[in-house]
Amino acid sequence: MTEDVIVVEGLTKIFNGDLIAVDHVSFSVKNGEIFGFLGPNGAGKTTTIKMLTTVLKPAEGKASIFGKDVASQNLNVKNSIGVMQQVYTADEDLTGYQNVMLIAALYGVPKDVAKKRSLELLNLVELTAFKDKEVQTYSGGMRRRLELICSLINNPKVLFLDEPTLGLDVQTRAATWNYLRVLKKEFGMTLFLTTHYMEEADSLCDRVAIIDHGKIITIGTPNDLKKGLGGDIIMLSIQNATEDLSDLIKMVPTVKGVQRQDETYRIKAENGEETAPYIMEAVRAEGYKVGRLSLSRPTLDEVYLEFTGKSLREEEGSKISAFQQRETMRRAGGESR
Amino acid sequence: MTRMAEGRKEHSNPLHGLRALTSRELTKWFKNPIVFILTVSQPVIWLGLLGKGLNISGLFSVKSLPYLSLTPPATQQQFLQISAYFTSLQSHVMTSYFGVTDYFSYLACSLIIFLTLMATTYSSMSVVLDRRFGFIDKLLTTSVSKTTFVMGKIVSGALRALVQAIILLGIAFLFGITIGTNFRPYTLLGAVAIIFIFGMGMSSIFVAVSLRSTRMETQSAFINFVNIPLVFASNAFFPASLMPNWLQTIVNVNPTTYAIDAVRTFLINRGGLSKVTVDFAYVGTFALITIILSVVLAWRYLNK
Repeated sequence: MTEDVIVVEGLTKIFNGDLIAVDHVSFSVKNGEIFGFLGPNGAGKTTTIKMLTTVLKPAEGKASIFGKDVASQNLNVKNSIGVMQQVYTADEDLTGYQNVMLIAALYGVPKDVAKKRSLELLNLVELTAFKDKEVQTYSGGMRRRLELICSLINNPKVLFLDEPTLGLDVQTRAATWNYLRVLKKEFGMTLFLTTHYMEEADSLCDRVAIIDHGKIITIGTPNDLKKGLGGDIIMLSIQNATEDLSDLIKMVPTVKGVQRQDETYRIKAENGEETAPYIMEAVRAEGYKVGRLSLSRPTLDEVYLEFTGKSLREEEGSKISAFQQRETMRRAGGESR
Repeated sequence: MTRMAEGRKEHSNPLHGLRALTSRELTKWFKNPIVFILTVSQPVIWLGLLGKGLNISGLFSVKSLPYLSLTPPATQQQFLQISAYFTSLQSHVMTSYFGVTDYFSYLACSLIIFLTLMATTYSSMSVVLDRRFGFIDKLLTTSVSKTTFVMGKIVSGALRALVQAIILLGIAFLFGITIGTNFRPYTLLGAVAIIFIFGMGMSSIFVAVSLRSTRMETQSAFINFVNIPLVFASNAFFPASLMPNWLQTIVNVNPTTYAIDAVRTFLINRGGLSKVTVDFAYVGTFALITIILSVVLAWRYLNK
């Protein structure tokens, strides 16, 4: 079963007549895969997710989920998907259990089924002990887990997650990833997520699309993207050299490129572990002394920098989304359990 | 998922989720004891201070005249005559302008509607809060319709108002409202019905104006802008027949006037119930139009 669950062709959204938030985006997501949208704030990730989840109407292009068009068959689509939003959506005055039951009723799940299912889900994310506590007493991680199960109450086959770990600390983030892996593994769900955390895309996603200014810049597995960078980075410093050794280093066949900064050389090379000894030998043979050597594998960070030309870019969003993001961050920092 | 088959027969009803959304609002109201106690004790204060404070019929009393101006010094008999004259003047003026002899009963009926008006403003605040705190975002991804969301707000707003109005009604009886010859146990139900319909209409207006709003300040400014004029430009405190013509025109298009009139006809007036047909038709049409308006606006603006 590797048919495409989500198919997107030329999807475009324009706000206020001239702000192109999403610009002719095309991709497809296979059944059972975790697909990530990686990009800075304001790149068009949330707008894309809102179109795929039928909240916003596309200006141009098409998107379908299980063959159902998101614009014309939105009720069908809504019933087959779950959505966990970037913002906290739970009603703080109600308990966790009341919240899950409310969302179940909004999906029209019969009450007896909803009861059974919500208890199972609360148990799955270890919230059973807190189910009768008001949500305003929850920590950020607990809120995220509650949001997660609220989006699972209608038994979706595809789950959309918009910045699932925004504002969470590292441990809570890792715990959230584990729940998502369980969903993929044990329930065979297809996951589409957006994130601006590299390590999230790297450790969680089967495939990643990098998006900036509303356009997809590249798509691939995290490994392919890293390989595409042209290999590992070797940092080498030579102690007693005044002349440029770049040409010498370039003679090692697996070296792709050399940049010199005073005594330090930044060397791009395939298979860093095997190349480094050759470089050392070559340098020593000429009578130079190696002071320091370090080897680093490319991270998605670097892929990201390579393609977008910059690190995280902040762009002005709408006022309400800015407010909601602040609120989410603030509430994420609530007392931890 | 093994449980996949169970949830399939969802959405037989296009308004599914309405009960859940309505009871969400009411649950939040009941479980906040401070708000609940305040809103419930508000009617007592209103009736006690406003109702008993504005003793207009007391103006028509011999006590309101200085004794000494009666020259030569009044005899006991003259005094009694004047006193009797004042009493008959009071009952004449009060019945011809206010319809009843005591102002407290007159005011109690309008306070019930005024309170309904105030109580429905809550629905506007709750829409703003739902937008700010993301609930609307969640709602739009579920299969519940926007109509249902709006109706949930309107119905819960009207129900909140109704609970308060019924308490006020009970207190009005305790404080000694004078019932009219129209009054029967079933006319109480009629009063409750008009209060509910009026509450639906007002809730719809407040929901409609808050659909796009993200600011509480805008909402409270709008509420203050609308509420006081609606009450003063009606027959709530004073009979319209004594107002200038231009103001009477406003009074006559103001749905508040008709709601108050119906409550008075049911509870304290005499002369039959035929008048309430017009009141129900007017308030009902008003509610229907505002409900349709807020539903249409919700479909247009809620997900932007």
